[in-house]
This record gives sequence, structure tokens and C-alpha cells, in this order.
Amino acid sequence: MAETVSGTARRAPRVPRPSVSGALVAAVVLVALLVPALVPLDEQAVDLGARLRPPSWSHPFGTDEVGRDLLLRCVYGLRVSLLVGVVAAFAATVVGTAVGALAGALGGWADRVVMRVVDLCSSVPHLLLGIFVVAMFRPGVWPVIVSVAFTHWLSTARIVRAEVLSLRSRPYIDAAVAGGSSRWRVTVRHLLPGVLPQAGLAAVLMVPHAIWHESALSFLGLGLPTHQASLGNMVQAARGSLLAGDWWPTLFPGLFIIVPTLAVAGLAATWRDRLNPRRRSEPTL
Amino acid sequence: MLELSRITAGYERRAPVVRDVSLSVAAGEAVGLLGPSGCGKSTLARVAALLHRPYSGTVVIDGSPAHGWRHRAPREQRTAFGVVFQQPRLSADPRMRLADLIAEPLRATGRREEAGGRVDELARRVGLSAELLRRRPHEVSDGQLQRACLARALVLRPRWLICDEMTAMLDASTTAALVAVVEEYREETGAGLLTVGHDRTLLGRWCDRTVRWEDLAGAAVTPTAD
Repeated sequence: MAETVSGTARRAPRVPRPSVSGALVAAVVLVALLVPALVPLDEQAVDLGARLRPPSWSHPFGTDEVGRDLLLRCVYGLRVSLLVGVVAAFAATVVGTAVGALAGALGGWADRVVMRVVDLCSSVPHLLLGIFVVAMFRPGVWPVIVSVAFTHWLSTARIVRAEVLSLRSRPYIDAAVAGGSSRWRVTVRHLLPGVLPQAGLAAVLMVPHAIWHESALSFLGLGLPTHQASLGNMVQAARGSLLAGDWWPTLFPGLFIIVPTLAVAGLAATWRDRLNPRRRSEPTL
Repeated sequence: MLELSRITAGYERRAPVVRDVSLSVAAGEAVGLLGPSGCGKSTLARVAALLHRPYSGTVVIDGSPAHGWRHRAPREQRTAFGVVFQQPRLSADPRMRLADLIAEPLRATGRREEAGGRVDELARRVGLSAELLRRRPHEVSDGQLQRACLARALVLRPRWLICDEMTAMLDASTTAALVAVVEEYREETGAGLLTVGHDRTLLGRWCDRTVRWEDLAGAAVTPTAD
């Protein structure tokens, strides 16, 4: 296989292929980061004279029931959702990878105990557990992050443990043991790098999930304070006007939830392919 | 002297693959273990290399008995063995370049500074070019990868070599080259060799003594399915 690849093609620089999802994710991140810095408008500004205006040039996404500009609120809501999504997914992945790798690398009774704890946590519905966690704190961004992270590390722990178990029985681990590697070195040098692609992928796929979770909590009125722009809050607040036929306060925040999640999921799929070490040296187009 | 006595080992306690087997290799001796596939000879080799804990029996390495296996074995005891496995693809970490693969045991045992010179020397010995050393396992052939795996087994200058079907996946010329490397190393250091295989001719020529699996006392008579 490798012999058919010519020497020059093998060392061709890896140029990231432009993709629709990549461009969308970049756009979403840029908008979330730059707009609040560049546009000196207050997303909380109330204009009771312009309540529930349909989309127009002055308000491209229309206004909500107290006359706040929906485009601006969507962007601020996106910021919150991205923050929650990325931080919670990262935290959940770190915890899940550590626990899963520990269980898989130690094996035996340690593995059994840890995995029973994971089972115990998974047996409670995520949303219920999440609600329980946010209920213990004052409303804000951090309780939501903790709640999402706390309920989402379980799947990563399972994935990582399964992967570690399958790697552990490979002869190259035997070779490392015979070569004098300590347990720690085997874990850090051979097992963890082997599971990182899976863990990274799980993290990226968890970002949309975390965004949805945040929206769900906010929709139930348990997430962020209601005045704070968050995509979940906005969809929740728009329920009444949707029944009255005003579609824009629901549609735009809804799109702001859907588009980034799809883009991130698409990016994750591309990333999974590139992280495979076998494909690292394939010639890029 | 490497002495395995009354070893019973396997992957399920009620149906061990190796039953009450004894085998010893004198210092500097080359012993070939012949057996059909699935008979348990690889398991015995893993037990000898302290990689698989037997259910019962003792392993004595140069006079000191083994008390633990894998990570529970003291490092000096573990690194007394250089192990080469049958399938180079599975015995090489896919993320490591061949140079790192060979140097890894030195780094793992805190002898990082020796790595550069030792890797070059061994690469020359097993016939790997500098260009090949920069490649990852999937970019080289089975034979080239097995050369790297042999170099890795030799890098810590082990007193014992355990070759588990080392040449089963290789063509005749690579087989000859690798056997020559092993023999050259043994001549220099006086290391002992336990090699496992089913090629009677090869083992007959390579080893001082060949042992047939059937002749080992108490060996399982019926080979298991796998």
C-alpha cells in the first residue's frame, strides 16, 4: 500500500480542505466573538414602540414582544450557547477520558467499581440529573456548564474505556511492558494517544449536544436568568407570539441553534477522518 | 538459565491452554519450540517473557524466581527479555516513527541520551535506512517493520530473546537476514534464545536444540479451537 505512494506525494503538505461545515463554524465563531466588540448596541435595549415588528431593514430578524432587536439578541444568545457548549464539552471530555482511561488501564475490580458508578449515573435521565444540579445553584452560566458537563462525561468514559481495553491487549503494549515501560508510561504514551481521536471526536460531537441541553434547561426556565439573551430563553419567550402567528421570534433563534450544531457535527466527521494516523500521510488533494 | 517448571496457563482457568509444562534454556543456548498453531506455545513464550501470569508453576530467570508478571515484575527482570512477536503490524504503536519505536525502551527506562547512537547502530544492523526510520509503521512493509521490532527487542541488550513466530509473516530473504541479526547478537553477548514456530527446517538449522510441543510433559493433547 505504502509502496505505491511516491516519495514526493508522501510528504505533500497537509492543506486543510475547505468545507462547508468548516466555513460555517468559522463564521459562527467570528460572529459570536466580533459582533459584540464591533457593534456598540445594547441587546437589552427595550423599545416598547416597536413590539413584535416583522423582519425589516432596521431589524433584519424583527423584534420581540418588548421591542428588542432579535438579530442582536440571537448573536448574544449564540455567544452564551457556544461558551456553554464548548466549555461543558471540554470539561465532560476531560473527566470522561480520565475516568475511562483509569478504568480501562487498571482493569480488575477498579474497573468494575468505576463502571458501576458510571452505570448508576446513567440510569438517571440526563435532563433530570441536569435539573437537579442547576437547582442547587443560583441561575447563571456556570451552573448550566456544570450541569451539562456532569451529565455528559458518562458516554465519553464508556467510549474511552472500551477503546483502552481493546488497545491493552495489543502486542505493542506487551512490547512496551517488556521494554520496561511503567504502567503510567504505557497509559500516557500508548493508550491515551490511541484513544484521543475518539475522545476528541466525542468532545466535538458533544458541543451541539451541550448547546441543546443548555437550550432545553433555559426553555424550562431553569437555565440562565430570563432577561439574559440565550437561544433557549428566546425560543421559550417566543412561544406565546408563535400561537398568534408571529413566526420570526421562534424561527431565528431556532435556526441559530440548528445551524451551528449541524456545522459542528459536519466538522467532526471531517476531523475523524483526518485524525486517523493511517490517513496522515495520504496525499491531499 | 531460564527455567519454566510445571507451568499451567491460559485465558480461562477451567480450560488452560498450557498444562503442567516444563522447559529450560541454558545460558547462551538456542532452543526452538515446535508445535502446531493454537497449541499454546505462544502462551508459554509469553509466560517466559513475564507477559502472562500463569495459574501455577514457577519461572526462574538466572537463579532468581519471578514473583510478578507484567508491571508487577521488577523492571530489571522484565527488561532481561527482548521479545519479538509474530505480527509486526500489531506489535508496533501506529503513531510512532520507526526511530521512536526502536528508542522507546531506552526512553522508558530513563536512558534517553543513549537513544540516538543506539538507534543508528541497530538500524544499520537490521538493515533499515535513515529514510525508513522517519516513516510510520503503515508506510513500511511487514518485513521492514519486523526489522524495526527486532531492533527494539535488542535495544536494551537483553540476556534472553523470545521470538514468537518472528518470521512467520516474512519472505525467505528477510527471514535469513533477521535470523542472522539474532545470531550475531547472541554471539556477541551470549544471550539465550527461546524461539517458537512451526517451521521444522528453520528451527532445526537455527537452534542448538528443538523441542516438540507434544514431548513436553502434560502438554494439552488436543489443540484448542483458536
